[in-house]
Amino acid sequence: MKVTLENLTKVFPGRGKGAKEVIAVNDFSFEIPDGKLIGLLGPSGCGKSTMLNLLSGLLTPTKGKIFFGEDDVTALPPEHRGVGLVFQNYALYPHLTVRQNILFPLQNRKGKDKLTKPQMEEMALEAAKLVQIESLMHRKPSELSGGQQQRVAIARALVKMPRILLLDEPLSNLDARLRLQTREELRRIQRATGITTVFVTHDQEEAMSICDEIVVMKEGLLQQMGEPQQVYDDPANHFVASFLGTPPINQFAGTVKGGKLYIGDQAVLPVPGVSDQAVTVGIRPEGFVLQENGAFTCQLKAVEVMGRDITVLSTHEACTAPAIRSIITAESRVDTAKPTVSFDLKPHKVLLFDENGERIRF
Amino acid sequence: MEKRNLKGWLYLLPAILFLGVFMVYPLIDVFIYSFEEGYNSAAQTSFGTGLYNYGKVLRDPYFLQALKNTLILVLITVPVSTGLALLISVGLSSIQKVRNLYQTVYFLPYVTNTLAVGMVFMILFKKTEYSDGLVNMILSWFGVGAIDFIDGHYWAKMLTLCIYTVWVVMPFKVLVLTSALASVKQDYYNAARVDGTSRLRIFTRITLPMISPTVFYLVITGFIGAFKAYSDAVALFGTELNVAGMNTIVGYIYDQLYSGGGYPSYASAAAIILFAIVLTITCINLLVSRKHVHYS
Amino acid sequence: MDYAKLTQKARLRSRVIKGITYTLLTVWGIFVLFPFYWMLLTSLKSQGAYYSETVPAFITLNPTLENFKTAFTGVNLGRYFLNTAIFTLVTTAIMLVVTVLAAFGFSRLQFRGKNLVFTLFLALMMIPSELVVITNFVTVTNLDLRNTFTGLILPSVTSVFYIYLLKENFSQIPDELYYAAKVDGTSDFKYLWKVMVPICKPTIVTVTILKVIECWNSFVWPRLITTDPDYFLVSGGIQQIRESGFGRDNVPAMMAAVVAISAPLIVLFLIFRKKIMEGVARGGTKG
Repeated sequence: MKVTLENLTKVFPGRGKGAKEVIAVNDFSFEIPDGKLIGLLGPSGCGKSTMLNLLSGLLTPTKGKIFFGEDDVTALPPEHRGVGLVFQNYALYPHLTVRQNILFPLQNRKGKDKLTKPQMEEMALEAAKLVQIESLMHRKPSELSGGQQQRVAIARALVKMPRILLLDEPLSNLDARLRLQTREELRRIQRATGITTVFVTHDQEEAMSICDEIVVMKEGLLQQMGEPQQVYDDPANHFVASFLGTPPINQFAGTVKGGKLYIGDQAVLPVPGVSDQAVTVGIRPEGFVLQENGAFTCQLKAVEVMGRDITVLSTHEACTAPAIRSIITAESRVDTAKPTVSFDLKPHKVLLFDENGERIRF
Repeated sequence: MEKRNLKGWLYLLPAILFLGVFMVYPLIDVFIYSFEEGYNSAAQTSFGTGLYNYGKVLRDPYFLQALKNTLILVLITVPVSTGLALLISVGLSSIQKVRNLYQTVYFLPYVTNTLAVGMVFMILFKKTEYSDGLVNMILSWFGVGAIDFIDGHYWAKMLTLCIYTVWVVMPFKVLVLTSALASVKQDYYNAARVDGTSRLRIFTRITLPMISPTVFYLVITGFIGAFKAYSDAVALFGTELNVAGMNTIVGYIYDQLYSGGGYPSYASAAAIILFAIVLTITCINLLVSRKHVHYS
Repeated sequence: MDYAKLTQKARLRSRVIKGITYTLLTVWGIFVLFPFYWMLLTSLKSQGAYYSETVPAFITLNPTLENFKTAFTGVNLGRYFLNTAIFTLVTTAIMLVVTVLAAFGFSRLQFRGKNLVFTLFLALMMIPSELVVITNFVTVTNLDLRNTFTGLILPSVTSVFYIYLLKENFSQIPDELYYAAKVDGTSDFKYLWKVMVPICKPTIVTVTILKVIECWNSFVWPRLITTDPDYFLVSGGIQQIRESGFGRDNVPAMMAAVVAISAPLIVLFLIFRKKIMEGVARGGTKG
């Protein structure tokens, strides 16, 4: 099911006297292609959960429209939308067993959609098998581990064959190891069912690793949407560039003069076609090439050998962070006796932004 | 160490003194009284020890009337008030506007003097020579003839007593249920809504199981409270409850303390019978609840 | 599926349900408030006007305060008020001292037998007052304390529940504060008075208000041991008025007395609304 958002806006009234209203989602327009796994990504408070609740129908938008396929569902209450929703804390009914929890949505059907008991049992078992919890059917949620609860929640959302599956920070309550495992699982389940899935996260690694496309949000505004690699390589603005990537992008205050990029007084890179101005320079950690007499020289601080590659920590007075992180190949040798280290820069790993944070392409 | 022990007891001493004299001693004494046959306060005499007092009380038509009244009152008011309180607190939880105002209004009867407001109910229900009273006036709009709710037919009086009792016990129940409902996480309701659950089903399958410990607590305290009914009846029908035929077990106990110079032994026997009934019912409640109450 | 129709239907449904909810809540609100309105209204009607209404009137055009005058002069209502005030104040004050000391002993001090005593205390919470009232009545009678404030007050002091409530609150205060105070040479009593009581003031206020309500409304015990109108509390007083006083032939004056009796607590409630409701929700039961 394709989902289309048109100028979607949600404004919450301010709390208390004289409080300002909060624009949680601001004029959002985009299209979620059918059958894809989409990650809604942004720092906490950016409106991504509000977005999810607008999609599920738990909230109604202040302005704008939502379409499922060709149907306008903007004001349709959640019970008619046919979405599956997995909550951050799972919201499994504590007094019901796993089986009863999964059966619950099916038992709600009325009229001609009503199912017979064997049909329901079969569907529940199928959903349980999909998330591999069929052996836990008679336990109560309190007797399950976090990861198992998470699977039950997904099974409960999937059992009614939702048109869209929505997941709210599905991995945030799991420990690190389980998180890795479960995100692969999510990917597998999504592939197996082919259901259009939107999942909300503040963890960029999580989103980048399994999503077909990611949507980056900040303060209710859409920043960029695209395939993870493309958004990473070609961020639309300063926020997206600095939000994506671990370790984060290195940032410098720089200037462009006569088609050349200066950091401090070093001309580090030719940037043809960019007019003379002050810029913010972002250099991805992997954008450095160790080069004696390279264009960019920094004060060497430390070298971390990771095995697969080497991280060079250095400082530069134009850098906005206390240290510059550069990741270079393991074959490179850094002379730690010297006080400085020099690099050449890979042009496509160097990103320029104007004073408004907008990207300057060259 | 010795000194610290002493100090601890010193802090507890006033409480222990008060509780010892006015609770523990009377508790033991009430059993003794109940076996001292026909003990009379004025004459300071009894005629032996045994179970005579219990038999006497259980054969006393006034006690049997009081027992019947109390049982009817319990059986009507506990389910009615609990059900009504559920309905009202669910309604209250579903609104946002003026919710605080409603909550405050609903709680008002809790802080009022049961006896004083009972007089107002009496005035509202009473039929006199000069006027049929307000309730009869309203009933006449629906074509019902005048009924004397205070001095008339037994069931008319019982109905009045039940209505007033419900009015008195509702604030506590609504308050407790509303706070129980507020503690159910919104996520469960959201999950149910997304899954297309009807309101009735949300209530029976989610809300009710989640607040079942509170409902159960209210049922138990409701039973205990209703069995101890007394001042509500006095407020409506006056202190001569036996004459009105509206006495309650507790009323009977107090009457025994006064009548004929005071028969604390009969009163004690009646009090212990009451206690036994309440205890039995509470135990039955506990057994039933084990099957139906969900404790997280 | 016709989405526009579905949307509209759902909207209508939720409106209808909302309408029903508000109607139900309002009807109950009226049922709760009506007796209060009626007592105020009746207390303002003149005696003549009241007894000439064969059909009760919902408003009065000639409100009068005459009834309040009658209420306070017909019987010694002022005396009942004073008695109740003394009874309430003294009982609450003694209760507070006893409760605070006991709660401190249970929560802060270590001594042998503490847990056993606390368990016994908790067991006492289950004991219905009807069981102990009989012996207390006999005790007070034998001590010749009927129709005295001592006899009224002493058996009404103890409330195991309040000790429990306050002890729970005291126990939440971190041990470090106590040890710090000990190191500084603070005595236990001073620590209780200067540290614990101020920290737990909200609970203490709640307990106080609940006890005041309980005292002001108490009827059973005072009725048992007071036969002399000089020692009547308001509950007993109003009963007296109704059965042998002007209540038999002057309903408006009786209602004036009812209004006067109810007013102090309603005012108290409106001031401490939040505290009272929180306290009661935490487990207070009436009577």
